[in-house]
Amino acid sequence: MLATGVVGAVEDPWIRWSWISGHADVIIAALLQHIQLTLIAVVVGLLIAVPLGLLAWRSRVFRGPIFSVTGILYTIPSLALFSLLLPFTGLTIWTAEIGLVGYTLLILIRNIVVGLNAVPDEVREAARGMGFRPLAELARVDLPLAFPGILAGIRIATVTTIGLVTVTALIGEGGLGSLIYDGLLRDFKTPLVVGTVLCVALAVLSDLGLALLQRVVTPWARSRAVP
Amino acid sequence: MSFFGQVIQWFQNPAHWQGDAGIPHRTFEHLLMSGASVLTAALIALPVGIAVGHYGRGGILAINVSNVGRAIPSFAVLVLAAKLFGFVSGPRVLGFGAVPAFVALVALAIPPMVTNSYIGMREVDADVREAARGMGMREGAVLLRVELPIALPFIMAGIRTSAVNVVATATLAAVVAWGGLGRFIVDGFGLQDYPMLFAGAVMVAVLSLIVEFSLAGVQRLSTPAGLRPSKTNQKEEPVGTARDIAVVAA
Repeated sequence: MLATGVVGAVEDPWIRWSWISGHADVIIAALLQHIQLTLIAVVVGLLIAVPLGLLAWRSRVFRGPIFSVTGILYTIPSLALFSLLLPFTGLTIWTAEIGLVGYTLLILIRNIVVGLNAVPDEVREAARGMGFRPLAELARVDLPLAFPGILAGIRIATVTTIGLVTVTALIGEGGLGSLIYDGLLRDFKTPLVVGTVLCVALAVLSDLGLALLQRVVTPWARSRAVP
Repeated sequence: MSFFGQVIQWFQNPAHWQGDAGIPHRTFEHLLMSGASVLTAALIALPVGIAVGHYGRGGILAINVSNVGRAIPSFAVLVLAAKLFGFVSGPRVLGFGAVPAFVALVALAIPPMVTNSYIGMREVDADVREAARGMGMREGAVLLRVELPIALPFIMAGIRTSAVNVVATATLAAVVAWGGLGRFIVDGFGLQDYPMLFAGAVMVAVLSLIVEFSLAGVQRLSTPAGLRPSKTNQKEEPVGTARDIAVVAA
């Protein structure tokens, strides 16, 4: 790569500020696409994971298959999973999102089940003794008490998804990953550095934001440490 | 012919089973690169995690190295390594572009192993440690015969997480010009040869699942008999325990 560099060319620095100021629109568009791809994946993942999580929690029969299937999905490398979908869904956002949603499921379902299992039996019995019907008990006792655990799962799923979105640059999406890929293809490192730094910053800020949300909505859990 | 017929035909083509670009050699490359990276990372990460766990200092660092690792996209690590070490030629057996791939894979494999070995060491009950000392065991014996056996399943969980990650990321290394099974995917994509792309993806998926399941088996076997969950003594694992961190650090 270096040997074929143009003779007399100035060495490419790690960061060229003039490129950044001249391409603010490209960078912001990539960032927004990254956030959009992540949000869709986590929200759709959650919509699928909540019913499956409840099913896995309540029914021993379904628990095994649910964890096996989502576990297998989780183990398949991202580039392979996208490639398995590509011949059928093509270079569309579907290929990226089906894959990304697939990766959130195991994390979210695990945390939903673990969170619900952590609700003390005495609390549940007290709720029943107070005349709660099963659905009301679920909505007003079980789920709120399991919420710190569920939110911990959302945090991990979000940070993981933000990293995985970069890989979708290879199948025509990518968000900040497209900047990283651009930096690889060209002999020009600035987009690579910008993409990486923004991606890490996005992951850290999302994690902190969700941690804050976790504290605000579950005041009773503050005395106990939930990582 | 149906798409799946084309994929089967691709697998049946004897040309795809021969030479340096054939399936056996690409699989060998993939496994050799993954094995070398995991081993190197283990030699660096396990002593650190075990020492930090044994002395009980720097725990926050050992836990957070995994969180930081999760926030850094592996794709970015690979591309950065390609830019930093792309010109270093590696051993011939691993082929072109091996050095950046190796460096990136080692870097990615370290955090889960540090965190899990640290957590494993902290899982050892202080009373158990005291009892061992009370029985007259020396420090070295306490570490080797009490702490490490109890911590072993966690250490294995870390190795398993890293290994599955490394096999996955080694696939991506084809994007930065290295070989391995990812080549079939990347070249299939480049040539618009979807049967080849699909066949490559199937092989990578199967390889990852084999690695995951066999290491899960090793992890189970590494649990001392007295610590295996019995039917009468099934503890529910609290949120965010070592196993959560272990499974989830992708």
